[in-house]
Amino acid sequence: MTQSEGARSRGRASELGVVELLRWTWRQLTSMRTALVLLLLLALAAVPGSVIPQEDVDSLATSRWQDAHPTLTPVYERLGLFSVYDSPWFAAIYLLLMISLVGCIIPRTGVYWRALRARPPRAPRNLTRLPDHTTYESDLEPQAALELAGRVLKERRYRVEAGADAQSSDGAGWVAAERGYLREAGNLLFHLSILVVLVGFAMGSLFGYKGGVIVVVGNGFSNNLTQYDEFVPGSLFREEWMEPFAFDITGFDIEWLTSGRAAGQARKFVSHLTFTEYPGAKEQEYDLRVNHPLSIGGTDIFLIGHGYAPVITIRDGNGDVAYSGPTVFLPTDATFRSFGVVKAPDAQPEQLALEGELYPTFGFEADGIGPYSAFGDALDPVISMTVWTGDLGLDDGVSQSVYVLDTSAAEQVTKEDGSMFRLDLRPGEEAELPDGLGTVSFDGLERWNKIQISRTPGMLVALTGVCLALLGLIGSLYIRPRRVWVRTRRTAGRTIVEVGGLDRSSGGDVAAELDEIVRSMNEHERDGDDEGAEVSRQ
Amino acid sequence: MTDAQWEALSNQAVAVAGVVYFLALLAHLVEWEALRRIPVEESSSPRKVALLERLGVMLTALACGIHFVALLGRGMAADPNRVPWGNMYEFTLAGSFFVTLLYLVLYRRFSLSWMAPIVVGFVLSTMMLAVVWLYSPVAPLTEALYSPWLVIHVVSAVIATGAFTLGGIASALYLLKDRRERRKPEDQPHTGYLARVPSTTTLDRVSYRLHAFGFPVWTFAVLITGPIWAHEAWSSYWNWDPKEVWAFITWVVYAAYLHARTTAGWRGRNAAIIALIGLATLWFNFIGINFFADSSQHSYAGDAPDVITTEPYSARA
Repeated sequence: MTQSEGARSRGRASELGVVELLRWTWRQLTSMRTALVLLLLLALAAVPGSVIPQEDVDSLATSRWQDAHPTLTPVYERLGLFSVYDSPWFAAIYLLLMISLVGCIIPRTGVYWRALRARPPRAPRNLTRLPDHTTYESDLEPQAALELAGRVLKERRYRVEAGADAQSSDGAGWVAAERGYLREAGNLLFHLSILVVLVGFAMGSLFGYKGGVIVVVGNGFSNNLTQYDEFVPGSLFREEWMEPFAFDITGFDIEWLTSGRAAGQARKFVSHLTFTEYPGAKEQEYDLRVNHPLSIGGTDIFLIGHGYAPVITIRDGNGDVAYSGPTVFLPTDATFRSFGVVKAPDAQPEQLALEGELYPTFGFEADGIGPYSAFGDALDPVISMTVWTGDLGLDDGVSQSVYVLDTSAAEQVTKEDGSMFRLDLRPGEEAELPDGLGTVSFDGLERWNKIQISRTPGMLVALTGVCLALLGLIGSLYIRPRRVWVRTRRTAGRTIVEVGGLDRSSGGDVAAELDEIVRSMNEHERDGDDEGAEVSRQ
Repeated sequence: MTDAQWEALSNQAVAVAGVVYFLALLAHLVEWEALRRIPVEESSSPRKVALLERLGVMLTALACGIHFVALLGRGMAADPNRVPWGNMYEFTLAGSFFVTLLYLVLYRRFSLSWMAPIVVGFVLSTMMLAVVWLYSPVAPLTEALYSPWLVIHVVSAVIATGAFTLGGIASALYLLKDRRERRKPEDQPHTGYLARVPSTTTLDRVSYRLHAFGFPVWTFAVLITGPIWAHEAWSSYWNWDPKEVWAFITWVVYAAYLHARTTAGWRGRNAAIIALIGLATLWFNFIGINFFADSSQHSYAGDAPDVITTEPYSARA
């Protein structure tokens, strides 16, 4: 029996220990100090993401960086430094912060609820001990002075409570007043709203998607996965949520600046769309411009880029058309000097490919600069391509970028004498390839638009959250909660009025407030405009 | 007036404003030099000193007006006319203008005479730096910048920057004064600049008020108008773009400052240090990021690539 009692008490002790430990941990976690440290940690943790290229932000820059730093890359990868904002340690910080926030606001809401209904606390015995206080003598009876104080404080939107000291015989009493209850409401609203923002943000990254597609002007797009060039879905995204719209780009306008400081820049990009919200719906038109996305249901469509697509036809050695059509070339600089690859895997007897550049306004400089583009507009377009033949690596089933030519198994075509062979073509021109490989013609120049399509559910939730947070913030920063007490006592035929105040925020100037209260009381007293004072005046 | 004339006017106004700021700085320096020999306890300062103070403030106000003309000229010189914060030079001009304006507006309310030499010195040097290193001729904006949000987003960011800068000056002085009080608690000097700077309590309160003004404005700029515009221009309201990341960092640090002021053990010195860290992140974001992170979509330093020229990307076939 003693043994079991001992065991029980030991058990209780360790149970107590666990509970206490948990309670201690909770108290630590929800303390202001921890919140502060977590905030600073969050700021610090966000830094690497702005220095190291991020996979989700710029995958190209990331892979370039990874190629340049082969030793650091595996270490960084393990630390999640290429996607800081999805990494477990970043999530750990903000989740702890959120727990700390919830642990802080729940008890505070309870405290606030009680404080809202409480009367202002009774006046301290000695108001002159308060950091801010002032004293003056009055001609009024103590009781009348207190009534006046109550009225003045009510005018200043204080909640007022009056009381008398039990053991005093000379009519001494006090008035207690408090105001600024909404500050804490603002504070709580602000912190709650942060949770709302987080929910909205999470909805976007879980259920939303973002994709991009390059569409040659004159062609169309319909919203399903196979049509996208790049597609980044949220982790809980389901394909059936994609809205079944479709659009055609019927035209594209652009205005090139030919004079002034920004000569060479383009502006006023307009992509003319005809779209249907779902198959069979009425066709509508929209002029898609930068800063003016088209919204179809919950999906937004943006114009974010443009470029040239030369129309190139390759005839193989047999004279059959092996490739024909506009090919997207990607601009490499502001003059729209563009790089592109044309692949004709069906060419006979051997596969053919072109790799090279487009110069929208061709220029040539002899001293080592070579060909360049003088202007972004297609005033004198020239394509300059090298030709490759052999195995293009397309048959081994591994997917390949359409903008990269795998030349590992291919052979560059040269002139009969072994010197460099280049195709330099203007629109309408055709050239014959050496060795009877075929012909290449540059038939014309078309344009393409890069269209970004995204669906971000929860966006309005997040926006509402931030707006509420701002509202709460303004309340919590600008509403000044304070307590004011007034005490009166009678000494040598005069009434001594003591006024003391306490700033319940941080940064309020109570001394100035007390001055105003006293001034207002003096004015009322001097004017004698209140009947209560009139009657009790001696 | 032609665009070229407006631009010339703007450049001249910058030069004149610089000279007037310099004269204001001189007036304040002479004022404080005269004050150095007078013990703090002597309540009435000599007439000469009071005159110099008023002269300094009036010159600052005059310079602020000319500074405004400089900004107006930049805006009018552009074709089409626009708000004068399309590149780093203009943004720095606008930022320093708002620092002066806020200082003048709050001068009486917070009795900021002690801040005068520092503010004027700061604005003058910022202006100089802008002219020497950041100057770029008036040019049309890139397409994505033509949006009403350019006005709202940037104005609020610049106003917040002004408020945070003034608050940071108050916090820095708080630290200096606090250090001096800690070192020699018993025999405080009775003359000199730091002796005339208000008490640490007042400095702390002024700093808090300025930050409390700046923080909601910053929230509005960075977390409301920024994402709205980003959604319209770049299709995603938060991109973790370096500029956004640093704006967020600044926001978090200032949130920490506001918390620190109400946390036992963090009040006063630590809070002031956090405020200064916040200011450092703010100015780093403003200037540094444009040079360090070339991938930023906000990069308007130098000849920024047009947003519309798409970055090459690797589509899979």
